[in-house]
Amino acid sequence: MSYLKSKFHHPKLAKNDLGLTYRDYEGALSTLCAGCGHDAVGAALVQACFELSLEPHKVAKLSGIGCSSKAPTYFLGKSHGFNTVHGRMPSVATGASMANRSLKYVGMSGDGDTASIGMGQFAHVVRRRLDMTYIVANNGVYGLTKGQTAATADKGSHTKKGEEILWSAIDLPTMALQLGATFVARSFSGDKDQLVPLLKAALCHEGFAFIDVLSPCVTFNNHATSTRSYDYVREHVEAGNIADFVPSREEITTKYAEGESKDICLHDGSLIRLHKGKDGYDPTDRFAAINAIEQHRIKGEILTGLLYCDPTLRDMHDFLGTTETPLNTLDEKTLCPGNHALAGINNSFR
Amino acid sequence: MKTINSVNEFVIRFANTNGTGSASANNMFAKAIFRMGVPVSPRNVFPSNIQGMPTWYDVRVSEKGYLGRRAGGADIVVAMNAQSMVDDVQSVEAGGYFLYDSTKEIDPQLMRKDITFLGMPISAICLREYNDPRQRQLFKNVIYVGALAALLDMDFDVLKGLIADQFKGKEKLISPNVHALELGYQYAKTNFNCPLSIRVQKSDKVGNRILIDGNTAAGLGAVYGGATVAGWYPITPSTSVVENYEKYCNRLRIDPASGKKNFAVMQAEDELAAIGIAIGGGWNGARSFTATSGPGISLMTEFLGLAYFAEIPVVLIDVQRAGPSTGMPTRTQQSDILACAYASHGDTKQVLIFPSTPTECFHMTADAFDYAERIQTPIMVMTDLDLGMNDHMSDELSWDDSRTYDRGKVLNAQQLEEVEEFGRYLDVDGDGICYRTYPGTHPEKGIYFTRGTSRNEYAAYTERGEDYVRNMERLNKKFRTAAEILPQPEMHSQNKGSKIGVVYFGTTNAAMDETFDLLRAQGQNVDGMRLKAFPFAKAVEDFIEQHDQVFVVEQNRDAQMRTLLMNELDIDPAKLIKVCNYDGLPITADFISTTILDHIAVAPASKVARG
Repeated sequence: MSYLKSKFHHPKLAKNDLGLTYRDYEGALSTLCAGCGHDAVGAALVQACFELSLEPHKVAKLSGIGCSSKAPTYFLGKSHGFNTVHGRMPSVATGASMANRSLKYVGMSGDGDTASIGMGQFAHVVRRRLDMTYIVANNGVYGLTKGQTAATADKGSHTKKGEEILWSAIDLPTMALQLGATFVARSFSGDKDQLVPLLKAALCHEGFAFIDVLSPCVTFNNHATSTRSYDYVREHVEAGNIADFVPSREEITTKYAEGESKDICLHDGSLIRLHKGKDGYDPTDRFAAINAIEQHRIKGEILTGLLYCDPTLRDMHDFLGTTETPLNTLDEKTLCPGNHALAGINNSFR
Repeated sequence: MKTINSVNEFVIRFANTNGTGSASANNMFAKAIFRMGVPVSPRNVFPSNIQGMPTWYDVRVSEKGYLGRRAGGADIVVAMNAQSMVDDVQSVEAGGYFLYDSTKEIDPQLMRKDITFLGMPISAICLREYNDPRQRQLFKNVIYVGALAALLDMDFDVLKGLIADQFKGKEKLISPNVHALELGYQYAKTNFNCPLSIRVQKSDKVGNRILIDGNTAAGLGAVYGGATVAGWYPITPSTSVVENYEKYCNRLRIDPASGKKNFAVMQAEDELAAIGIAIGGGWNGARSFTATSGPGISLMTEFLGLAYFAEIPVVLIDVQRAGPSTGMPTRTQQSDILACAYASHGDTKQVLIFPSTPTECFHMTADAFDYAERIQTPIMVMTDLDLGMNDHMSDELSWDDSRTYDRGKVLNAQQLEEVEEFGRYLDVDGDGICYRTYPGTHPEKGIYFTRGTSRNEYAAYTERGEDYVRNMERLNKKFRTAAEILPQPEMHSQNKGSKIGVVYFGTTNAAMDETFDLLRAQGQNVDGMRLKAFPFAKAVEDFIEQHDQVFVVEQNRDAQMRTLLMNELDIDPAKLIKVCNYDGLPITADFISTTILDHIAVAPASKVARG
């Protein structure tokens, strides 16, 4: 296993609009287990940011605690990051966004960090429609504490030690839909073709974009009786749609017959072009999305793809009426009302 | 029967039922006396309830300027609540007065021979004068204020002026209110011997001071201090801090061009999220704060450890109330000191500052943002329910317009170009405080990963013992630097050479002038020192060193400040004598002076060896 990351790269490596290669979006060498799904999620994020030509330093990555939350160290090394406390990343991301609305915020969390200790904060960050991309690397198990079950693990499935999981699973995309998320997707860390366009669309979406990524744990949850193993997920994944991400600057050339595809236009002018899967439904219909997730679950399938998107709804700053200028750039000239304003205030207390 | 004879030196208590609109009438009474130039200190003693429970409003009127709570009962009680009538009769000082609603006859068993009963058929008057049931209730309060104007010889025009101010914009309400005042005034004039032996006389002891509560002042301090991000969760008695911040921001912080807000307030789902929001804002370079009380401090403790260790500037206003647990949520205490000073697991030390007056709430809250960014750590402004929720006569608010915010050690893009190397936790200046950057500053330089795990000078994760210890030692050095930046203690020297010192802080200050006078009357000239900050300044150590006996006055059971002094300054416990009042009511000069005198009588200072 390597312990040093090579800085060498091919001189003809592809460059994006900023003249950066994908290596400019990488982070430190991962210390996660070899084959961990989370590293694939990180790699997909690197590719998405590279392809979108995001300025790395204009992205802020935040996380809680756990294997998933360690992952931000291993991508976007030229972005500020904040590894906060367990289950509380959403509040820190909220404050960060309130302070500076001009950055892109990427939250990296896990099933324990979001569906257990952080359930309250997750629910409320969805409600306030914080403009961020919130990724849950979902493996149904507590990795960093060595193999305890997570709240997203399927009832009736078994742990590596053979214990049956007794409690109902929490479906995070359903929750996000019920609480008002304006972009909800599910994907699989092993399906980069699906994950990268979804991440790109999420990053361009203005509002709360949630992606639940099934990201198997090779060490503690990859056994035959698990429903979060690579094999099980591969066999049970059902794509509701295939999403292509079309940047705003690109001419749309491909043509599909009516009914086969649907375009959703995002705030920045880019498009998500969706090709329906076999059980396709309208991903602008929130009720249909919740219904489809549940129908597939009953059949033992895991519905993936872009589950729901509404680019017309407003985000937290719209609700708050915050000024466009990042608050952290305002100085005393703007912020301090000065001594003269105190005369009237003093008089109101006499 | 002996009567109390007093001009401008008495306590009046209003006994009401909460939810009946008495607060604004009682406030009007206090303000009228204040406008007559006589110092007042009103205190609301209220239940954790919205409607139907007994509530009291004590107004101490003191020409001498004694603004602490007075021990004992009241000289005049206005009894409007049958539920608390038995206790209310008992709470009148001998020779005092008991004004009550005589519409229903008072239980003869309640009568006392040593006080004067003033029966006034307030409900009957209202029934006669008003048709609307709500008005019948509300105007009862205004009627007794009118009666008091006659009984205490108050300036009736001042009251009329207050009504005009209160209903500015709703002029229709002025004349019915003035009418109610007159009903009470005329009844008293006709039926009682006015004025009483206790009365008010115009004076000039108020000057340009104002009557304001600490939470409003702290909220304004956050506006003036440049706070732009607030996360909060409602909890008595801190709620009105952020409410006032938002109210004044909506007035003073709207961008004139766009009409948009130069601030952002988020009511969070709980206190954990409230402090998380403030920390996120602070990390990202905005002046950020939250306000809470004891139970909120307990919940915020994990995050406070992160902010201490990851070195995030954030301001927390703790309006303390009586604990533990839910305790007495509407009573005052100074009992979060240790919980805040050492908030969070592991070796943590937090910075505390202690305002004593609303004016200090204003200035110290504004200053707290400078301290937070300079020291890169949480700053906790330790007020309490008495300071936060009651009006106090306080110096008028002022602001030095030449002042600029101290944003601390932050490198911008150009500075990053110029520095040879950047390490987030490199102690370049040797004061323990390192240079930081805001996210998004520079494409290549000054980028780092913030974490609650141990890290080296370059913000890289480490589990090497020596790296960890080096960082912890630097944090200690930073804490020592903080002691020099923070406000110095205020010395109250009676006479040089006194062997006895008294240490106090926060709202206890209100009782100290009176305490010193009471002690002096007993031949004890003691030195006082008001603490303003933790970590303690060198001057605190010196003061304790210079006195043989040091009384530490505080409003909690366990003498938490004494413990902090002992622990942080290695002081012999025998030298520090605790003076603790923790019944939930503000401490009194009587209690402090009696406790000190009793102790001196038993163990004179000369017998205590120098520590």
